[in-house]
Amino acid sequence: MNLQFLKLAVLGIAVGGALAIGVYTFVYAKGYSYLSNDPGNCANCHIMNEQFDGWQKGSHKNVATCNDCHTPHDTVGKYMTKASNGFWHSYYFTTNTFHEPIQLTERSRQITEESCRHCHQNMVDAITVSLDKKHTDEVSCLRCHRSVGHLH
Amino acid sequence: MENEENTVSKKAPAKSRLYGGKVVVSVAFLAFAAAILGLGLLTNILERKNEAKNPFFRVVELTDDTTDPEVWGKNFPLQYDGYKKTVDQVRTRFGGSEAVHKTPKDSDPRSMVAQSRLEEDPRLKTMWDGYAFAVDFREERGHAFMLEDQMFTERQNVVKQPGSCINCHASAYAAYKKLGGGDIVAGFQALNKLPYFEAKKEISHPVACIDCHDSQTMALRITRPAFMDGIKAYKASQGIQNYDVNRDATRQEMRSYVCGQFHVEYYFKGADKQLTYPWEKGLKVENIMAYYDEVKHKDWSHKQTGAEVLKAQHPEFEMFNQGIHSRAGVSCADCHMPYKREGAMKISDHHVRSPLLNISQSCQTCHSTSEAELKFRAEAIQERTFNMRNIAMDALVQLIDDLRKAKERGATDEDLAAARDFQRKAQFYLDFVEAENSMGFHAPAEAVRILGESVKFTRQGQLSLKNGKTLLATAAAH
Repeated sequence: MNLQFLKLAVLGIAVGGALAIGVYTFVYAKGYSYLSNDPGNCANCHIMNEQFDGWQKGSHKNVATCNDCHTPHDTVGKYMTKASNGFWHSYYFTTNTFHEPIQLTERSRQITEESCRHCHQNMVDAITVSLDKKHTDEVSCLRCHRSVGHLH
Repeated sequence: MENEENTVSKKAPAKSRLYGGKVVVSVAFLAFAAAILGLGLLTNILERKNEAKNPFFRVVELTDDTTDPEVWGKNFPLQYDGYKKTVDQVRTRFGGSEAVHKTPKDSDPRSMVAQSRLEEDPRLKTMWDGYAFAVDFREERGHAFMLEDQMFTERQNVVKQPGSCINCHASAYAAYKKLGGGDIVAGFQALNKLPYFEAKKEISHPVACIDCHDSQTMALRITRPAFMDGIKAYKASQGIQNYDVNRDATRQEMRSYVCGQFHVEYYFKGADKQLTYPWEKGLKVENIMAYYDEVKHKDWSHKQTGAEVLKAQHPEFEMFNQGIHSRAGVSCADCHMPYKREGAMKISDHHVRSPLLNISQSCQTCHSTSEAELKFRAEAIQERTFNMRNIAMDALVQLIDDLRKAKERGATDEDLAAARDFQRKAQFYLDFVEAENSMGFHAPAEAVRILGESVKFTRQGQLSLKNGKTLLATAAAH
């Protein structure tokens, strides 16, 4: 009985402690803020400061936030992308193993490209031949309008 | 029976208790591991937050008289670390310095120097014949060597160098203040007048923190009176009167100007050897040539031809100003001291070097293409410039040869005057590209244009000799 109690107590302390540290770290690092749409939060980990500054002075500031261009426009896709980006960003920043200056991954580039087309559909419908990937790559919005969101 | 039942009923709970114990231990172990990882992450986040909060810690008080970079380095260890790394000797395809062993002598204690440009290209000796540069001219090494390489070059033994040379190779700000009694312009003028080794006594470090930064605000500032005057004269030529560089320049302009204090074309004006930047008419090569023609400046008389010629120094600032990067608002520091990350902090890299050794930070900030592609583009520009430079160099050597032969045949100064003037021009134009560190990259089209002009002058020089010879022959027949 006493041994049983001791074991449960140890388990309780361990799990409780780990949970407490986990929750505290999450709150301290403002982890919850990443669920929102506020671009200020994307600069939490300091890497995105320049992009954030650039966006504030950019032409898209009044109409689009980070998420509008860098996550898909459906809810599931959006949070899947946020989770994946969030995990990898924290991983690379914590371990300090990332390319500087930071670069868009191919997947992110595609998401961003689709976002341009999402909002500017009326415009690009008249330009693109078809939605076939081969054709959309040929006429890439980002190739010429790379700095509309933020410079670099 | 009862006993048996008891044994069975006792056995079963014992098994499950044991199983339960294992689960408890494993879960507890995992929880511990998670807690340790969690703490590790927490500490990392805490560190990063603090790094982002405090860009530096003041551990010593810096004043306007703190010359020693090591003292500045106590407050700015990351920048200082970079500054110290300029001892690196790394080659690039068309530049950079290769470490060459050398036996130390009493007069020159260096055991390592850079490769000799004169050995690489003996045509340079012909171009500079009669001048100290034809004796010893090596590839420039990193900033760490600027002072000792100047002190121990063979050129010091061939000519008496003036104190003016110190301006760009040493931390002279404190010396200006001391010699001028607080007035840096008066101190600057006094330093220029001294012989080199007298001036050397006034200084103790190569160009250091205080030569570019204000000790109180860390703001960039110009400390070289020659640049203040030069840029003022240049701005006046552009219609901007009374330009005070420390008052009127933008922050981004200062990120080029602090380098432009040193990396420029210059000459020593008058008997007092006052360091002067020839920008009154503009920064382009013809503006500078016109200025020198007007003030009738010559660096020396060419040994083989007697032409009054010029040695272009290292007009990086002037050349860069004719290029596309300058036009786009890029500064020297953007490529040669790009921002780098140290944890959550971002500092400018004080390991000043060729951008080709750091393509990701220097180029990819703006150019979103691979490092290999960017290197290819840069080297393609350099290779074209190098080929054109060789054409111009061969042409110049031919003109010098023709001039020498004409002189030997007994042509008079009058006969040779035009050809000598063309040599002066062709040589200065060629040297403007040759002496400029970037092999054309700072302004590709301008570099090739200048070399084209140089070839034009050479051919005109040869033509004038040919016509002169015809005239002589005609005169003899009569």
